[in-house]
Amino acid sequence: MADNVAKLKNNTSAVRPNENLFIETLKRLLRNNSARAGLVILGFLLFIFIFAPQLAPYEPNEILLDRPNGIIPRLPPCSAIFGCTDGPQFLMGLDGNGRDIYSRVLYGSRLSLPVGLAAVSISIFFGSVIGLVSGFYGAWVDNIIMRIMDVLMAFPSLLLAIAIVTVLGPGLINALIAIAIVAIPTYARLVRASVLSLKEQEFILAERALGASNRRIMFTQILPNSLTPIVVQGTLGIGTAVLDAAALSFLGLGAQPPAAEWGRMLGDAIDFFRAAPHMAIFPGIAIMLTVLGFNLLGDGLRDALDPRLKKS
Amino acid sequence: MTKFLIRRLVLSIPVLFGILLVTFSLGRLIPGDPCLAQLGERATDEICDAFDRRYGLDQPIPIQFGIYIQNVVRGDLGLSLSFQVPVTDLLAERLPTTIELTLAAIIFATIIGIPLGILSAYRHNTWVDVLTMIISNIGVSMPVFWLGIILIIIFSVQMQDVMIFGTPIEETPLSFLVLPSGRPPSVRFDDRFYAVYNLVTDDSEVVPWMEFISRFTLLNAAITGNWELFIEAFRHLILPAVAVGTIPLSIIARMTRSSLLESLNQDYVRTARAKGLKERRVVMRHAVRNALLPVVTIIGLNFGFLISGAVLTETIFRLTGIGKTLFEAITARDYTVVQGVTLVTAIAFVFINMIVDILYGYLDPRVRLE
Repeated sequence: MADNVAKLKNNTSAVRPNENLFIETLKRLLRNNSARAGLVILGFLLFIFIFAPQLAPYEPNEILLDRPNGIIPRLPPCSAIFGCTDGPQFLMGLDGNGRDIYSRVLYGSRLSLPVGLAAVSISIFFGSVIGLVSGFYGAWVDNIIMRIMDVLMAFPSLLLAIAIVTVLGPGLINALIAIAIVAIPTYARLVRASVLSLKEQEFILAERALGASNRRIMFTQILPNSLTPIVVQGTLGIGTAVLDAAALSFLGLGAQPPAAEWGRMLGDAIDFFRAAPHMAIFPGIAIMLTVLGFNLLGDGLRDALDPRLKKS
Repeated sequence: MTKFLIRRLVLSIPVLFGILLVTFSLGRLIPGDPCLAQLGERATDEICDAFDRRYGLDQPIPIQFGIYIQNVVRGDLGLSLSFQVPVTDLLAERLPTTIELTLAAIIFATIIGIPLGILSAYRHNTWVDVLTMIISNIGVSMPVFWLGIILIIIFSVQMQDVMIFGTPIEETPLSFLVLPSGRPPSVRFDDRFYAVYNLVTDDSEVVPWMEFISRFTLLNAAITGNWELFIEAFRHLILPAVAVGTIPLSIIARMTRSSLLESLNQDYVRTARAKGLKERRVVMRHAVRNALLPVVTIIGLNFGFLISGAVLTETIFRLTGIGKTLFEAITARDYTVVQGVTLVTAIAFVFINMIVDILYGYLDPRVRLE
């Protein structure tokens, strides 16, 4: 019963033109546990992203080996906060080149977050255009575009990204492009599905009767109405993009040394993690937190924005 | 059913063609002269002319594509620059390790993920459910190569130093908790099934399919009844399989949960309860059976995670599969290997999805009648 009432409420709020739609959605979002957890994590990361220079005791690429007092490469963590008073104080220890891992992890947020956001924005842009055209024009246009999307989806996404970066050459920007290309079919399919269900509805027919052009209908009527699934998928997609970017950097195809990129830092740790586990532990936690934050927010958004999607 | 099978097979032909087109273009788009890239210092003009003729590089692009398809069908994926062997041989030698790893990972993910999902749906909104969902959320957020490293740190490095009542753990019955992380035991010629069963008497008589099968360490040990080797190889597979299987496990658990939650609300479950059936029977026989249908698809779709997991973890665990090969090829800029691995995994992906679809059609008649 309570369930039905809630459904009814949601339906009416979706139909009625509501000035406070944004605020209402936000309220619903804040009532959702996973969204709240996601927002807390992302808020924390945003804080680190903005204040990294203030929070970090050293420059990310500063080599500290020339300082006295027993500083050696891969020095394990030692901090008075955790009861380690003798020895040089480094919260997360040093890496193989004698750089402060804590500072590098903080600065890493300035690479991973923008890369995730940028990759997803590119995918959404191209995916939406392709999906709109495909769904709107139908027939052979749709057929050809969707078969191309099928082929792209036939590759395991990381493998295709690796292949693309191999062609483009290693580097963080190229990795970003590869990750964006690989994700385009997901958004194209999503938008196409929305278009197909929307284009026969009365308000589109009405618009057409008023003499609106195809382009006008696509961009002012259909696209805004198919935003919900894109927002949800996009939020979840940022997590995936961050993970894939880390993986490509780990393989040596993304960020190049000496960039303080989390995946790259894990790649640097690969030969030493038995003797110096701290080199691997902290960058990995940073990646995990970031991805977790976006995943939780995405799940929450899905529940808040579109109760119909809840079950899938 | 036959009609459904044929339709499904025909549908995959354009996709396969597209995959070939993509991998072909990758090979052509790579900057630089393929002959110089492949043969390096040995490439004189004459050798390069011969090379171009062999791979049809002196022909127009559409014909080159035709030649590429011909070569692929014949099993010729080009020559690996860094390994100095044909890519096909390299893959044949190293695929079994990856297949064993991905199979072990998906088995692990399924036998833990499905019960976890059932439990959490059945105890919806209790601490069991919340805990499962937290774990599965964290599971999908971890970089798989990081998880591999953490597992090694815990089970191979730290665990060795654990003392139980003053005895080192390796001398107690809990010693199985100390897990190996390095290269699995190498299988000697005498341990291979064709040698054990006297199918061949010396190295030169080994035919390719025998060699291929014998490289499945677990399978080979099981066929020959060499249980010592089997257990050793199995122990080496545990940590990598857990690392690779964690993302699929989380996804399977979530999918099972949401699907079962839905089917527990169906009328036929209420009917079953009203008939007075035992709760266990209602859940397992009526609800779970129907809920597992979508899970089958999800298991198939996880192949992508499995293969990227293998690519990212084999190096960490020193397993010589195609993942490690790809890693080495990337480092050495060995494009033919990258191209070959991409092609083979994509084709495998298409076939696995096809098998899943067919299985789904078999399990759910509605699908094939659509």
